[in-house]
Amino acid sequence: MAQQHDHDHDGDHQHGSELSEMQLRVRALETVLAEKGYIDPLALDAIIEAYETKVGPHTGARVVAKAWSDPAFKRALIADASKAVASFGLLNRVGDHLIAVENTPKQHNMIVCTLCSCYPWEVLGLPPVWYKSAPYRSRAVNDPRGVLADFGVKLPADTQIRVWDSTAETRFIVLPMRPPGTEGWSEEKLATLVTRDCMIGTGLPKDPKNAKEAS
Amino acid sequence: MDGVHDMGGMHGFGKVEPEQNEPVFHAPWEGRTLALNRAMGYTGIWTIDQTRAGIERLPPDLYLSASYYKKWAVRLENLVVELGLADADEIKAGHALRPGKTLKRKLNAADVPRSLSRGSFARPAQAPARFKVGDKVRTKNIHPQTHTRLPRYARGRLGVIEALRGCHVFPDTVATGKGEDPQWLYTVLFDGRELWGANADPSLKVSIEAFEPYLEAA
Repeated sequence: MAQQHDHDHDGDHQHGSELSEMQLRVRALETVLAEKGYIDPLALDAIIEAYETKVGPHTGARVVAKAWSDPAFKRALIADASKAVASFGLLNRVGDHLIAVENTPKQHNMIVCTLCSCYPWEVLGLPPVWYKSAPYRSRAVNDPRGVLADFGVKLPADTQIRVWDSTAETRFIVLPMRPPGTEGWSEEKLATLVTRDCMIGTGLPKDPKNAKEAS
Repeated sequence: MDGVHDMGGMHGFGKVEPEQNEPVFHAPWEGRTLALNRAMGYTGIWTIDQTRAGIERLPPDLYLSASYYKKWAVRLENLVVELGLADADEIKAGHALRPGKTLKRKLNAADVPRSLSRGSFARPAQAPARFKVGDKVRTKNIHPQTHTRLPRYARGRLGVIEALRGCHVFPDTVATGKGEDPQWLYTVLFDGRELWGANADPSLKVSIEAFEPYLEAA
């Protein structure tokens, strides 16, 4: 809707009053940049559609489920996640600097970007608001157990908590532990247990007992 | 820059509040803002670190109170004016009042899927890596006024090189228009107590991704 360029900023207050300040402000900016010839509003539509419908944590869930099912893929993923995930035939090529970090009974991994909002968009989609928020960015590096409690997650006291601060162009995805009780499950069914948060490290995979039957 | 964006270890921001069934965008203008930033980035007029620096330079009160995409929108307004791509009176008017500049390229809808891929930040090395896995290092105590990716909480601290990540574009120079000056990138691991003192959670380890100029042998 913001690609309409026919409204009148000087008049038509009735129409304008229905739009938020930010909607008007961003529309004005888009109009200027389009009239200058820098951007094509149709390209903007396509970007929004991609992030709303195509790119998301379902991709990461497929990666995790495959790693749980296929030991050779898991080794390849840990060795070079960009290369391993490239074999998935995704809509978009994953960046060159994706790193998968594996949870074990001894170590739980958590991902943060204390300086901005770095996040593995290609495999998890756009980050949730909480990931970009001051509470998460400030506390993840010195009180990760407190952060986990905010998510309802409690880990044994002797589990090492490893926090990865994404301060460069490397991007991280957590490979959670495969839940017990999932022996013989298909990759498709396993993927239904893999939540976005468990790939950030603020959650654990769903309990297989409560999982819906995969179609 | 020692700004409010450098949040690691700060107190007082409260609990993390995840939103159930969070939508990708909370309002149409958020999606337009993200897409505008991506489309303008595609023209090659700025680098990712210049855009990060653009967010970091926002006034602290705005940084802390504005939503994520509002920061992006204000940053974009600021950058297009700073770089002479549009003038403030045009943004105020909501229309172009003068012709645009010629940019390197323009994003068409058909090229969007390809454009969503991240490029590579790896570059040929200018020199051999100074450190190897297992080396003890100390991060430098630096406080540049300009963009840096060495967070305050990890300055002047003892750590261990855990991995080499290749040679990458150096944010500190590229953000200020001084070129890519590629530098070796390392994962540096710190004990929680080295960062936060004796009362820190003894089970905590934190790593940063550190460029070689941030490090000295220890």
